[in-house]
Amino acid sequence: MRPFEYTSPTTAQQVPALLGKSWGEVEILAGGSDLLSLMKDDVTSPKRLVNIKQIAGLHAIANEGGALQLGTLVTLDRIGSAAQIQHQHPMLASAAGDAASPQIRNVATIGGNLCQRPRCWYFRTGHGLLAQKDGKSLVLQGDNRYHAILGNDGPAYFVSPSTIAPVLIAYNAKVRIMGPRGSRDLALEKFFVIPKTEQEREHDLQPDEFITHVIVPPAPGVRAAHYEVRQKEAFDWPYATAAVALTMNGSTVQSARVVMGHVAPIPWLSAEAAQALQGKAVTPATADQAAQAAVANAKSLGHNAHKIHLARVAVKRAILAAAGAPAHAAVERNGHGGVA
Amino acid sequence: MADDTTKYGWPAAEQRSLIGKRISRVDGPDKVSGRAKYTYDVHRPGMLFGKMVRSPYAHAKVVSIDTSAAEKMAGVKAVHIIQKEGSEIQWAGDDIVVVAAVDEPTAADAARAIKVEYQPLPHFVDDFSQPKGVAESTDPLTQRDLFTMFNNDAPDEQVIAAVQKRGIAFQVSPELAQRMKDNEVSDAVIKALQAAPVKYAVATSSPYKKESEQVKGDPDAAFKEAETVSEGIYGCPVITHCCLESHGSIAEWTDDDHLFSHISTQNVSGLAGQYAQALKIPESNVHVHQDHIGGGFGSKFGIDRWGAYTAQVSKKAGGKPVRVMLERDAELQVAGCRPSAFARVRVAAKKDGTLTGWQSDSWGTGGPGGGGAPPMPYVMAIPNQRKQHTAVATNIGPARAWRAPNHPQGCLITMCAIEDVAAKLNMDPLELMLKNIALAAPRADIYKEELMIGADLIGWKKNWQPRGKSSGVTKRGLGLAIHTWGGRGHDSNCSFTIHPTGAVEIKMGTQDLGVGTRTAILIVAGDTLGLPLNAIDLKIGDNQYPSSGGSGGSTTIGGVSASTRRGAVDARDQLFAKVAGALNAKPDDLEAVSGTIRVKLAPSRSMSWKDACARLGTQAIQVTGKNPGPGDLNSSGVGGVVMADVSVDTETGIVKMNKTVCVQDCGLVISLKTAESQVYGAMIMGIASSLYEEKIMDLNTGRMLNPNMDFYRLAGIGDIGELVVHMMTGKGYDERGPIGLGEPPTVGPMAAISNAVANAIGVRVPFLPITPDRVLAALNPQGGSNATV
Amino acid sequence: MDDLPDKPAKNDKPKKSKETHGVSRRDFLKISGVTAAVPLVSQVGALALAEEQAGIQGPGKVPVALTVNGKKLNAQLEPRVTLLDALRDQFELTGAKRVCDRGTCGACTVLMDGKAVYSCSVLAIDAQSHEITTVEGLGEPGHLHPIQQAFVDNDAQQCGFCTPGFVVATKAFLDRHPNPTPEQIKHGLGGNFCRCGTYAGMRVAVMQATGKMKG
Repeated sequence: MRPFEYTSPTTAQQVPALLGKSWGEVEILAGGSDLLSLMKDDVTSPKRLVNIKQIAGLHAIANEGGALQLGTLVTLDRIGSAAQIQHQHPMLASAAGDAASPQIRNVATIGGNLCQRPRCWYFRTGHGLLAQKDGKSLVLQGDNRYHAILGNDGPAYFVSPSTIAPVLIAYNAKVRIMGPRGSRDLALEKFFVIPKTEQEREHDLQPDEFITHVIVPPAPGVRAAHYEVRQKEAFDWPYATAAVALTMNGSTVQSARVVMGHVAPIPWLSAEAAQALQGKAVTPATADQAAQAAVANAKSLGHNAHKIHLARVAVKRAILAAAGAPAHAAVERNGHGGVA
Repeated sequence: MADDTTKYGWPAAEQRSLIGKRISRVDGPDKVSGRAKYTYDVHRPGMLFGKMVRSPYAHAKVVSIDTSAAEKMAGVKAVHIIQKEGSEIQWAGDDIVVVAAVDEPTAADAARAIKVEYQPLPHFVDDFSQPKGVAESTDPLTQRDLFTMFNNDAPDEQVIAAVQKRGIAFQVSPELAQRMKDNEVSDAVIKALQAAPVKYAVATSSPYKKESEQVKGDPDAAFKEAETVSEGIYGCPVITHCCLESHGSIAEWTDDDHLFSHISTQNVSGLAGQYAQALKIPESNVHVHQDHIGGGFGSKFGIDRWGAYTAQVSKKAGGKPVRVMLERDAELQVAGCRPSAFARVRVAAKKDGTLTGWQSDSWGTGGPGGGGAPPMPYVMAIPNQRKQHTAVATNIGPARAWRAPNHPQGCLITMCAIEDVAAKLNMDPLELMLKNIALAAPRADIYKEELMIGADLIGWKKNWQPRGKSSGVTKRGLGLAIHTWGGRGHDSNCSFTIHPTGAVEIKMGTQDLGVGTRTAILIVAGDTLGLPLNAIDLKIGDNQYPSSGGSGGSTTIGGVSASTRRGAVDARDQLFAKVAGALNAKPDDLEAVSGTIRVKLAPSRSMSWKDACARLGTQAIQVTGKNPGPGDLNSSGVGGVVMADVSVDTETGIVKMNKTVCVQDCGLVISLKTAESQVYGAMIMGIASSLYEEKIMDLNTGRMLNPNMDFYRLAGIGDIGELVVHMMTGKGYDERGPIGLGEPPTVGPMAAISNAVANAIGVRVPFLPITPDRVLAALNPQGGSNATV
Repeated sequence: MDDLPDKPAKNDKPKKSKETHGVSRRDFLKISGVTAAVPLVSQVGALALAEEQAGIQGPGKVPVALTVNGKKLNAQLEPRVTLLDALRDQFELTGAKRVCDRGTCGACTVLMDGKAVYSCSVLAIDAQSHEITTVEGLGEPGHLHPIQQAFVDNDAQQCGFCTPGFVVATKAFLDRHPNPTPEQIKHGLGGNFCRCGTYAGMRVAVMQATGKMKG
């Protein structure tokens, strides 16, 4: 790890000024588990860390006009164990409560989870985000068994590493972003972008912006489930994940949100899968049709054809699990704000 | 003089107070409370921290090194060039320069400030593709080539023919000749070697070295007459040791030519010579110390390049202690790995399952040196054989001994090929194995007994179905394998002292790798003296104690228990001689039981241990216990069986362990609890190498893609299923004395698990680790991409 | 947001650093400033204000005060020093081990305010306001914690290098799940890895400790 200076602002308003104007000079320290690894491996070498954990207002789980408002510093462990989230957004509680390992969940924040960097092994061993050497992609020429099967027209071939983001996108969540000129809200599905150059990052943030909150609209009556194809029970990276939120009309699907993780450089919202489900009763056959639709445009990079199949299985199983899941509770209007 | 040697013999079952009992390891409390000090934990006064510059290239020449910026940095105490300009680097991560500084961050900054220019050279890291169109090597035979032939039981006439045709690349010293003789190499072969021309190999640009074909019996006839021939391809990749405590040491100079090294090692007594050679100082000037070691698994026998340069940079820093412990990425890249092995195999058999012929075309890499063939067919001496091996030289990094070198690979290939014969004949593989068990001579009876016990423990009769008959999305299967190992006790010495105060002290230059060596030594000593473990002060882990062998090849338990037993018996008998008069008995009539010395036939005539020792006056009893020595305390050769029960989700390709059973023989069990732990651990390691582990190399950059513990994957507590260990003890086992256990149970799990998966899903997943991509590719050969050769 | 300029302004060549380690704060100010295209002055003004309010520490050594096993420990550390390295190299609390050093293997697990964390992935400077408990704080030979005793009794260790991390992770796990199911153990201890293969003993040890801690 290279030397850096360290600062701990106490208000969110101080943060944008403390952040640099270009990527890599300053990094935000929240949970830190991913950041410190990147710094130890010299993948990022910030000259300053802005520790935002002293900002009191960013730790709360609150109610914002009926929506769930998560301060960016709420840990995955708290999300997994908050009774309010377990009732109203059970898929989120379940995904957060099962992410990574207990030690990670105790420190990892929701904001940090959304901003964590890809696990692409070329990126992590010093070849850059796009892993290009002499103008050619090391991923395409090399071992891409874990790489993207969707959104993989290049030059980015890594996969989005968050297992929570697909869940939040399935719930139509948005992020609140603070910059030097104030705050803006952005649908989470628009937050993630596929970088085209080495200078870009995997999201819509500007270098001097940061996420302050994640807002999850209420989902009463929604049936939702996520499924993770992960080989080990212990800490392991999944091959593919799927998050599915179904709004039912009697026994048929009125509308669906189907989002895959670890399959593309961004969480992959599949309109095709949603459309395939619309107006249908969920059966193993319709679930599989939707799953097929989800990966219809997927393509192998040479060594990751299995991921197309595994993504399809993840989607199918998530749809079936969602259909069998109890409907989400409605927000208790008289409920108090935070459980923090 | 029969008495003189039989008195050392292991006590009969009814006389054992501690041997063979379940006793908690003596260093457990230190370990669970974080008090046990490992090399990585040692903090010497004024200690400096070392950091290395490592090659980013798998194959390159060092063109220039500029250390000037680093040398000027505050806090930097010494910079030492390890591989100077002109050196050829053979693997990525190899050490080029070391810096010693006042703290770790400073050392890291300084290492980063060093500029090294390289001339990249072509690298080769593809051990997976089958070598094709390679002509048989005409290179002179190396010692390793020869030992590979011996390990594969090559017939004498073929060894002699190869020696005469190719010559040899080494001198046959009288010591080497004697060593071969001791290992039962025939006089004819030794004679041929002594007469062979000594040549030196010409460097070739090909990474492949095709060894001489080895033929036994009449394979052509066997395959021609075969009623069935099963063909298959099998293999496992390079894996790393991944010791949790990385390799490294803290070196310091107590004066100009005296070195003190705390080092993480399996070989406390064997390192002084290595240091002496590297540093040009007398061996007696080297002090080596280690209290605890965080894993070795075969990779920590040497001081290594880093051991030498740690001492060198310490010298440059005025002799101050310098700590160099490898970073995790370096540990995984450079600190040793297990060779890969792949083979196309054909097996000939009769319709009734009798195995008649074996043909294998194998290849694999052990790094830059290529590497030898695993022993095949493993354990099962199929009468007619034709074998050909091609060594693949790569820039993957050097191989090291890895628990039971070459056996897991040989076992995997053999046991999978045999299971495929059973499947082809629609036979129960257990039945086929039993039918052919005579081929497992000389331990056929042991295997038979173990197979029956294992089958019972895993519920083979109830749960086994013919291959591919399991229904549903998640399919269940059973598989088995048998394995062997030598494990004769190594040379070992201890000083054994009984003080007039009653205190007992043992000193031995051995080490406890976590296998329970301390506990086993104390059990033997306590059992012999009739004392509890905590009455004996055991000191190990220092080369100033009497020397004991390195902990490799499962030789430690046999060695240390025998030297301890002999020392304890001799010391005890001297004590008997001192006190016999007072008890009005002859020394031979006494026994040491439950903290007393008493007359065997009149136990009421006794005195406490303390009182007995007080009669020593001022003179302590001090003896040396040795192995080898009088009495027949050791033997060699064990058999074991592994059976696995798995479930495979055929949609995701994910394999889950339901249950694994290991039935293991290791002669006389000294410390039952830690012995069982060894077997549990071996099974868990086997599960990890079956399902998760692989040193993944990038063909383009020649670098390891997963030098971390995210993607170099080990099994977790939830990944192992139920585990059952059954130790074979009692008659037929105990009288062979203690035999090593560290290696044998690590051998069988890969084959048993691969067989269970094949049994479940109906097709063979050819290569380990059995990851979802490989399972899916096996189920749907058109769909996959990672699993075709 | 305006586009960033291609090159820094010419007159902004960084001055020589006065500090021995890495960047100085002044250089950094310049580096940040030059890339801000539009309101350069006000940006620098805002930055200076924010820095003043938030306080800047490092990159050199700063005083760090930790509360470990109930004791106050003080050291001068660079901000880049991890809690793990501070415990091990400054305070000789070597129970927590450095193995992967990347927040995966669990050998460095300590409790922070009662919760298990990877101490390799926490900066020492960031751990100051928390109560840290290491394996040394749970018990010692002669007075082992019931979990430690259960690990000894069931031989839930071989080389022992992962053991302290597992003991601490088990403590946090059982505090939260006093009556764990085997399924909960699988995931609750899924953030720690053992190489020797001691999980069989651990599973039994966890169950034994459950009974003892309640009794």
